[in-house]
Amino acid sequence: MALSNNFFFIGLPYMALIVFLIGSIYRYRSSKFTYSSLSSQFLETRKLYWGSLPFHWGIVFLFFGHLTAFLFPRSVLLWNEVPIRLVILEITAFVFGIMTLVGLANLFYRRLSNPRVRKVSNYMDIILEILLLTQVFLGLWVAYGYRWGSSWFSIVLTPYLNSIFLLNPQADAIFVLPLVIQLHIIFAFLIIMIIPFTRLVHFLVFPLSYLWRPYQKVIWNWDRKKIRDPKTKWTIHKPTNN
Amino acid sequence: MDVRSQISMLFHLDKCIGCHTCSIACKNIWTDRKGAEYMWWNNVETKPGTGYPSKWEDQNIYKGGWKQDGTGSISLKGSGKYKGLINIFHNPYLPLLEDYYEPWTYKYLDLIESPAGDDQPTARPVSLVTGKEIDIKTGPNWDDDLSGTPEFARHDSNFKNLTSAEKEAMFQLDKMAMFYLPRICNHCLNPACVASCPSGAIYKRGEDGVVLINQQVCRAWRMCVTACPYKKSYYNWNTGKSEKCILCYPRLEAGLTPACMHSCVGRIRYLGVMLYDADKIKEAASAPEDELIDRQLDLILDPFDEEVIKNAKENGIADSTIKAAQTSPVYKFVKVWGLGLPLHPEYRTLPMLFYVPPLLPVMASLSDANNGEQAGKLDPIAKFWDRNTLYDTSTDSIWGTIEQARFPLKYMANLFGSGSEGIIKEVLKKQLAVRLHRRNVTVGDIEKDFVEKVLKDVNLTPELADDIYNMTSLAKFDERFNIPPAHREQALDMLENTGDLKGSAGFGFKEKPVRGL
Ligand code: SF4
Ligand code: SF4
Repeated sequence: MALSNNFFFIGLPYMALIVFLIGSIYRYRSSKFTYSSLSSQFLETRKLYWGSLPFHWGIVFLFFGHLTAFLFPRSVLLWNEVPIRLVILEITAFVFGIMTLVGLANLFYRRLSNPRVRKVSNYMDIILEILLLTQVFLGLWVAYGYRWGSSWFSIVLTPYLNSIFLLNPQADAIFVLPLVIQLHIIFAFLIIMIIPFTRLVHFLVFPLSYLWRPYQKVIWNWDRKKIRDPKTKWTIHKPTNN
Repeated sequence: MDVRSQISMLFHLDKCIGCHTCSIACKNIWTDRKGAEYMWWNNVETKPGTGYPSKWEDQNIYKGGWKQDGTGSISLKGSGKYKGLINIFHNPYLPLLEDYYEPWTYKYLDLIESPAGDDQPTARPVSLVTGKEIDIKTGPNWDDDLSGTPEFARHDSNFKNLTSAEKEAMFQLDKMAMFYLPRICNHCLNPACVASCPSGAIYKRGEDGVVLINQQVCRAWRMCVTACPYKKSYYNWNTGKSEKCILCYPRLEAGLTPACMHSCVGRIRYLGVMLYDADKIKEAASAPEDELIDRQLDLILDPFDEEVIKNAKENGIADSTIKAAQTSPVYKFVKVWGLGLPLHPEYRTLPMLFYVPPLLPVMASLSDANNGEQAGKLDPIAKFWDRNTLYDTSTDSIWGTIEQARFPLKYMANLFGSGSEGIIKEVLKKQLAVRLHRRNVTVGDIEKDFVEKVLKDVNLTPELADDIYNMTSLAKFDERFNIPPAHREQALDMLENTGDLKGSAGFGFKEKPVRGL
């Protein structure tokens, strides 16, 4: 038991993080062309609307929710001191969870039922969607069955995750958690591990920088001011911007 | 003054015969790949008609281009920093495959391999997307030559401010007219596609102004497809990357003309360098609607002006490029002769492809040739063609014919004049004046005084009119296409060996364009 526990809650996380890091960087450097969200909206838009929107907004909220609980456990606990605030937080999170699940289910159904979308699906898309469906379902189960997650996350999981990141893994508290929660953790790391092998890489290149770049973009093949000057050396002039 | 150079184009619509050779040349080189079958980087549509993709000019549907708010600043209509990122998970304005057409092929093998029977075997159409049999609903150029039909011509969005009487007049059987509108990417000065790309994958090349999509940076956010008001950025559903006309830049760099231009049967296409002032782009793009064309033409600089040449050199523009700008046929048409107009300037992208609006379908009409006076005016050849009717471009009350044109000027103005009929009339008058001048020279049946007066009316001299005539009708290949050297010696890796990479998406990288997981 201890062995498998150690594997799932210490070995797997490190494996996942290493594969994720090396894999994504390697893929980015060696085959940038494959970094894409691979949108299929062009082929089918109605069903996508009912899938993509709830799924994406839901998962974004859940992601940042988990991140907040991990990064600012004390603030979360402070917020939860007043019961009504705790309930509001939990209900909101649960609603977003449902949204994500419904969105995902719609997306999954769309992928299988629409012949055009099927044509542009590959096996990794299917695996990923099944993993995500299971994970969101487990998450909802945890939220419903082991209340109140936002509070105990800060006490149990934050220290565990911290210990992982600080390279001093302390997983004893996890070993005694209920199976559903353990599974939720395992699936989380599994998903992190397969990121580089799926279209999930698109969230790594989410174009936030759009917000602060100028609208227009001009690229020169060579440094146009220097190129006319006979005294400049031959070696400069790689593309510069604007 | 920030002088830059742009390779720009001019299409002389009076000469387009609608043969689609240009489209085929382009397709054969660039878009006969999986995922790109439905793309026509060059397409030729019949006007009036709905075009490709269907009703692309209706920005209430597609939300392309820029809009100007009251204060004079402009923003993207359907995308941009906030709208684009909010709609990134589902873009409500994205054109769908149906708006173009579902590409298909036929099961040709069935013709050969079907077992013997009573019926002739047929080759059923199958979708190139799903591989399943489909019923063809529309296809490339489905509305070709169908101007006048209820489904197509009447849904042309350029009728928006025409009265229904004016509209109906256009659809009378004996008055019906049409012309062809070949379109490629305009390689705009204020490209909406560039501005809308969240990843920053689209850029304008500094040296020649070609607008390109970096296939390694595109992440399928699809905003450029919405943003380009001309719908000249396409989404490749197979590779998950957007693609667009590249103005055959590998050919340009090698001193060759783009394939569509090279193959143009009607010789309607001209290509040449223009110098422009990049500092004024924003101002010109934000101008009030009725000033848009003037402001855009103001951007284009006189390549003979000492000041311009000095600034161009400081900006690193090669002498050969400046020389090309001085001999550019596009510059002559657009700036010297004032005959070229941008298509839909009201989209505010400052398109650098200009059109000479067509004169013939606009003003000529069939009239009875046997009614005395007219018959006398016919030259013998015309009589020989057809004894009873005359394709009337008659000379009496000369400018009047333009006012009563078969094509309401308003319609032409919606296409090329951002709504101003005055601008269109000016250009048509000039073309007519050149015609009359040449008629006087070659046939001599028109009063000389009359022709002189006509020329003066439009500020042309006989010499200028001859220049226009020469460039329009007689210009040889090298006069129509004036391509500056690309100076590859200064940028060794501008382009790699094209032959090695045919079938790849663009020439910049050697990775096979295979869809990712
Ligand atoms: S025509 Fe469209 S795709 Fe081409 S540069 Fe202009 S905005 Fe971009
Ligand atoms: S090849 Fe030339 S004449 Fe023929 S359709 Fe194209 S632009 Fe018109």
